[in-house]
Order: sequence, then C-alpha cells, then structure tokens
Amino acid sequence: MAKLTLVYFAWVREAIGRDEEQVERPAGDVTISAFITMLADQGGVYAEAFARPDKLRAALDQRFTPLDSPIGEAKELAIFPPVTGG
Amino acid sequence: MSVVSIQTLDFDPAIELAALEASGGGGVASFTGIVRGEGGLIALELEHYPAMTSAQVERIVEQAMTRWPLLGVRVIHRYGRLEPGERIVFVGTASRHRTAALEACAFLIDWLKSEAPFWKKEHFADRTAWVEARAEDNAKAQSWRN
Repeated sequence: MAKLTLVYFAWVREAIGRDEEQVERPAGDVTISAFITMLADQGGVYAEAFARPDKLRAALDQRFTPLDSPIGEAKELAIFPPVTGG
Repeated sequence: MSVVSIQTLDFDPAIELAALEASGGGGVASFTGIVRGEGGLIALELEHYPAMTSAQVERIVEQAMTRWPLLGVRVIHRYGRLEPGERIVFVGTASRHRTAALEACAFLIDWLKSEAPFWKKEHFADRTAWVEARAEDNAKAQSWRN
C-alpha cells in the first residue's frame, strides 16, 4: 500500500500533538473530507481536532485543494485552519 | 525582476525600495505590515508551511505580474516570534505608472492574507490564542477575481 504523509498546522497540530505522520493512503476516489471523517472516527485527539470540518482547510502535495476533492495519488495531505498571514 | 523571501530576520524597507526604484519605472508602491500591540499583546508567533510557502507566494506574484505591467516585485514575509512594533511583511511593486504599482501592491497584500500558508498565534500575559481568519479579508481577496 502506498503511504500518505499527513501534515498539520496551527491548532490542528496542537490538538493532535504532532506535526506529521504517515498513514496508508486510502483509495484514490476518497475525498479529503471523507478521509478527515475517517480520521475523526478513530476518536481521541482526532475526534477533537476534526470536530468542526467547516473550520478546516487542506492542501494536497503543497497546493490548496477544496475538501470535496479526491485524494488521488497525492503523497502529502496538509490539514490546517484558514490561513492568517499578511 | 521579482524577489520572494520567507525569513525570520528583520528587513530594511529602504533597501527594498531602493532596489525597486532602480528597476527603471516611474513609480514604486509598497506596504509594510507591523505587529500591533493591542489588548496587551506580548508577541505574535507566525507558523508557516515550509514546503509550500515560497512556491505559493511566487504563484501569487506571477498572477500580479500577469495582470499588471510590473517592472519589479519584492515580497518579504517573516515567521517565528515577533513583538509589537516589529515588521512582519513587506510588499513592493515598481511600474512605469502609478496605477499598476498601487493596484498590484494592494492585490498582493490582500492575497497574501488569504492565499499564503501562514498562521498567527497571539501571546498574552495569561493566555495564547490562534488568530481567526476574517471574512472581510477573504472578501477583499475574492474581490480581485472580478
């Protein structure tokens, strides 16, 4: 099975307690939001971090990607709150 | 012609402006963002996505250069711990005429706020808080799509 690196930022990183981890990549047609639900269903810190999907944004292979997009063959999925730079 | 730097160190706007003035245009516009010390803020901590940030900011700069006839663009964004009064961000643009320089500068800072992977955490004496994205900032960035 191919691996998917999960990367977390800001309060998502703090809630999960780590900045990245490797998981088995789901089937290519699984969307980012469906995958986040699968992570939340593990309970514990994941349930807490992903309790409010409307507060989450994502990037696949370092490009911002809508949550309803499939993960496809991506190697890296970043999950984070809306950005606040500038 | 365009320079993007994501760094912890401070920068000197005068040096950036001088470089833009030397680009042969008739006008230079710039924006410098400073940490506000409101509400007893002790420091801002800026986190970013190192593998993505430079490439994403360069894409934003490319969009500005496609949209306006710019002779030079310089963007500096700091990360790490910054105290009130410190500079966070610099955007500078040079063009033959003022309109392009001014509009591109406003576009760049609006887009940096909503399209660059940075997150701010506020440190106060007794607590910390992640800054929430403001709908108004997102609307400003969206307004450039029209």
